[in-house]
Amino acid sequence: MANPHILMCPPDYYGIEYEINPWMSRARQADHQQAVRQWSDLKELFQSLGAKTSLLTPVAGLPDLVFTANAALIFRRRAILSRFLHPQRQGEEPHNARWLEEHGFDVERLDEAMYFEGAGDALFCGDTLFAGYRKRSDVRAHQQVARRIDCRVIPLELVDPYYYHLDTCFCPLSDDTAIAHLPAFDEYGQRALAEHLPHLIPVDADEARSFACNAVVIGTTVVLNSGCPKLESSLRKSGYATRSTPLSEFVKAGGSAKCLTLRLDGEEAAGWKRHRG
Amino acid sequence: MADREQFQEDVEVSGHIIDSLILPKILDFITAAGGSFEICKISVGQTRRDPSHALLRVKAESAERLSEILKTIADHGALAVTDSDCRLVEADIERAFPEGFYSTTNQRTQVRYQGAWIDVENQEMDCGIAIDPQRRSASCIPMLEVVKGQPIVVGHAGVRVFPEQRATAHDSFEFMNSPVSTEKPKGVAIRQIANQLRRAREDGAKTLLVGGPAIVHSGSGEHLCRLIRAGFISRLFAGNALATHDIEQALFGTSLGVRLDCGDIVEAGHEHHLRAINRIRRCGGICQAVESGILQSGIMYECVKHGVDFVLAGSIRDDGPLPDVITDVIEAQQRMRERVRDISFCLMIATTLHSIAVGNLLPAWVKVVCVDINPSTVIKLNDRGSFQTVGLVTDVEPFLRSLVGELGLD
Repeated sequence: MANPHILMCPPDYYGIEYEINPWMSRARQADHQQAVRQWSDLKELFQSLGAKTSLLTPVAGLPDLVFTANAALIFRRRAILSRFLHPQRQGEEPHNARWLEEHGFDVERLDEAMYFEGAGDALFCGDTLFAGYRKRSDVRAHQQVARRIDCRVIPLELVDPYYYHLDTCFCPLSDDTAIAHLPAFDEYGQRALAEHLPHLIPVDADEARSFACNAVVIGTTVVLNSGCPKLESSLRKSGYATRSTPLSEFVKAGGSAKCLTLRLDGEEAAGWKRHRG
Repeated sequence: MADREQFQEDVEVSGHIIDSLILPKILDFITAAGGSFEICKISVGQTRRDPSHALLRVKAESAERLSEILKTIADHGALAVTDSDCRLVEADIERAFPEGFYSTTNQRTQVRYQGAWIDVENQEMDCGIAIDPQRRSASCIPMLEVVKGQPIVVGHAGVRVFPEQRATAHDSFEFMNSPVSTEKPKGVAIRQIANQLRRAREDGAKTLLVGGPAIVHSGSGEHLCRLIRAGFISRLFAGNALATHDIEQALFGTSLGVRLDCGDIVEAGHEHHLRAINRIRRCGGICQAVESGILQSGIMYECVKHGVDFVLAGSIRDDGPLPDVITDVIEAQQRMRERVRDISFCLMIATTLHSIAVGNLLPAWVKVVCVDINPSTVIKLNDRGSFQTVGLVTDVEPFLRSLVGELGLD
């Protein structure tokens, strides 16, 4: 199998320039040097695990471009481009589209007036796409994605403003296993998750706040923010290796390891990676 | 008295709404918010990948309450069908619709396309709706005519249906309040059918007659000939049997070997219908037989002479058949479909299969009278959705004789 391939964007212009989620406060600015260091360490960690990293050119005035998870949803060589809810991030769309087009992806756009924030809100677990809605993405956008890629989509309502993207409270590890902070979902979403995923590794409130769920899976290694020992211990018991690295400067903007990456060859848990079509 | 929950709106929700519990969530929300709902239609995906669709009627006791409910359930994907454009999916293969296609009724239908409501042309039940982006038009399309890449309407969003109003007291069909009965005063019914035929002829509207061979066996061929000669019939749909027995009668004076004038069975008469078919086949067709003077009377003769277009559709049990009979059922159905477009009144007489076939093709606003000795024919038509059909349970001969009398053609 080819090496894992991850898209990242250097944090040259990263900073807290606006407030579009409860984590962000312009009064609590990110330490730029520290951010650069944390980002570089993360990238090196991926490389040490055998992943190839590609870089999106940073753009002044687009501080959140660093969170490449929100660029698009990748399905084989198709990239379903995000349509951001907040105008502050809409400027990222053409840069994401251009990079993906230039690198051989068929870029698809959803209907206008629908919001969809890519792999931040849509994660494959086996043959099912779990999709967060009501905070940043629109349930109709997920339904449109389902029709386009002919796959089952389970929309999950996000109810806690701190967990505004699905990848802040849910992380698939394999076909039937995922990490989840269940209180971030409404009652129906919790039931749907329990019904479809026999192995849910719970994350408590403290570690969820440390972005434990915002993890990157490379093979059977889970890369996550430091400060989540309970989850690391649960993961090891389930047969996963863990690697933690400090990402505090990005948590200030409401992101962590997963938000800083877009898996171009598909996430480990995506069923479509294992069968051709 | 006004209904307590008189404010209502139809909404559609689709996707993996059962697996994700989105549908129960929406239903729970409606109830919790003081509204109520009715599930008008639900189709559940067969495989894990197939989406499900539900059409719900949401009701509330005030417009404000309804609007609040609609606003909230919209966030979960339940959209008022009148608020959005119809959803289009390009046909991915020939001669089949995309999954979840909107299945048509025979009622007048409109779709919302690029913000405007447009009428669906060629209304027919059990079809899909195709959009022509160039013409900005929509039309019903049978499954077999789907072309790859054609935009097909999927789901209920942006589709609205206008059910035909029930006949009013002033309608000429008021006598037909109950769709089928053996105990109706036939005289009144026949008078009103005569009025309908007269009005159609005056207005230049087209009347279709769908007939079975009993018209000939029962000796009422001549009544029908009179209707044709007087210009009351514009088109005839039948099978091999009606035409064959009519021609047998014209050539040999018998119908299935029985003399129609005296009821006697003629020796070797059972061969007559085959000989009749053979003779027409030797001429090349019914029109040629009329032109060459071989066929000089009967229903088919009158059709040719008076320019009544006919479609003869074959069946597996046909003898011959006559060369004019279309033996490919799909082709026959297509020909019939083309020929019903401008019909405004239809008389179905003594045939079950042809009546149902035509009933399937007609939009609900075409008035249909079905005359059959067997009440089940009319019931079957109704069961298959041709609700506009009114039935007369009677023998064909007295019916046609009275109709001809009523029209002053006797």
